Amino acid sequence: MSARQNFYRAHERAILGAVMVLLFLVAWEGLERGWWAALLRPWLGPAAERWQLKPIFISSPTLVAQAAFRMFFVTGEIWRDLGWSGLGYVVGLALAITVGIPLGLAAGWYRRLSYAVAPFLSALNATPQVAFLPLIVVWVGTGLGTRVLIIFLLAVLPIAINAHAAVRTTDPRLVRVAASFSAGDWRLFRTIVLPSSLPFLLAGLRLAIGRGMIGVVVGEIYGSASGIGAMISQAGSRFQTDKVFVGVLTIVAAGVILVEIVQHIERRVDVWRPPA
Amino acid sequence: MTAKLEAQDIRLDYFQPRTNTRLIALDGVNLQVMDGEFVSVVGPSGCGKTTFLSVVDGLIAASAGRILVDGEVVTKPGPDRAVVFQDASLLPWRTVLGNVVYGLECIGVGAREAKERASSFIELVGLAGFEQHYPYELSGGMQQRVNLARALVMDPKILLMDEPFASLDAQTREVMQEELLRIWVKAKKTVLFVTHQIDEAIYLSDRVAVFSGRPGKVKEIIPVAIERPRALGLKREARFHAIEDRIWGLIEEDVKGDRNRRTVDRSEPNF
Repeated sequence: MSARQNFYRAHERAILGAVMVLLFLVAWEGLERGWWAALLRPWLGPAAERWQLKPIFISSPTLVAQAAFRMFFVTGEIWRDLGWSGLGYVVGLALAITVGIPLGLAAGWYRRLSYAVAPFLSALNATPQVAFLPLIVVWVGTGLGTRVLIIFLLAVLPIAINAHAAVRTTDPRLVRVAASFSAGDWRLFRTIVLPSSLPFLLAGLRLAIGRGMIGVVVGEIYGSASGIGAMISQAGSRFQTDKVFVGVLTIVAAGVILVEIVQHIERRVDVWRPPA
Repeated sequence: MTAKLEAQDIRLDYFQPRTNTRLIALDGVNLQVMDGEFVSVVGPSGCGKTTFLSVVDGLIAASAGRILVDGEVVTKPGPDRAVVFQDASLLPWRTVLGNVVYGLECIGVGAREAKERASSFIELVGLAGFEQHYPYELSGGMQQRVNLARALVMDPKILLMDEPFASLDAQTREVMQEELLRIWVKAKKTVLFVTHQIDEAIYLSDRVAVFSGRPGKVKEIIPVAIERPRALGLKREARFHAIEDRIWGLIEEDVKGDRNRRTVDRSEPNF
């Protein structure tokens, strides 16, 4: 086998992924610049014009890159939005973690508490939480509070539900081991329940990161003058398609980076798990 | 001479909501284990032998009857008894060393002393050098050695073993049986060993308590008058087979009787 083949096998995942992204970008660029229309004209005639789309419609990778460069490094206008959105996101997510994890763990541990909060959790879980936005605006206005609250509402559920399930699925055999060594409740919780819950908690956090991003966009579209979500919504109504894409891609990048960080932590705490 | 461990007329019944009936799991179990003695409990599956072990450990409260250790009544788990669990039941996020010190941690032994004591027992069970391995990196037999070390390090008066070799393959099981006898001689413990394997019970024990089918109680106690140390080849000798036949005969009656009673509820109690 040649060295080139070996290299491909070793990096197959990255290579295939990169090639697909590249193809996608080229296809997109071609739609805006009319490459495909020019290519198809001999066969389709005038109908080939359909394969060229207006920049206002789809923009293009190079236009988006130009807009991003301008917004990040020339005018710097995006930093203010990014800071504004980031603040709401961090506060909302932190609140969701500090409420969701203890609540979920406690509900998993105390059967009666679980019965008490179950109706609320399942009702909330079954509704699209953004439906509460008008109410939240009525209660706390359109400032930072609204955005924090909607992000919190979206993010707290996966965290609490996962924490609850984590405690419920603790291996009863390990609980027996602890009981046999006369471990008290607190020790049982600390040495058995918590370590076995950790992977669930991190998985919940990973879900919450994505849900929180929904909160950023929807919360700001609904009632905010600044922030990435507001920027997207305003640029959209002015047909500044490239700006919309910059906003969307910024959110995608932020989400991917955060999930990567959590996955990195997961790998660190999961050294005791057999490699999949 | 008082027994090291004595079960006096242990009864256990529990309510089964699904069938809305009271089921009797143990119906007056009487058993004495002398100091340093190795006693096994065998019986048809579902006869409550594992449940009996949980009652002895104090994990399940008996409906009636008493458990005495050195003549004193015990009702809760305590450091005088330690369990070697079925399926190893190791904490997967702890290393071998971390698992062995777990019980010592629970009774408040300092980290340094716990580590020292654990190391010597890890060596005793033949796992020196594996202290920092995680359970998933060990074979089934090695996991059971950790399980055994975790119980031995507590220096209990009585070792309660719950089918510890049931999930091992046949060869590993035989090796572990021989190992267990070697360790038992060194550690000088009183052992109550639950198994469904008759040859395992005979090979290991001084006496074998045969349980009847549900509700469980001691049907007969068979002494194993075979000198120690015992080699694995013993299992192919005629005197071994004679005891095996006798025990199998006792269990067979119950297994066959059970088959004729189709309505019998064989579910294990869910505690």
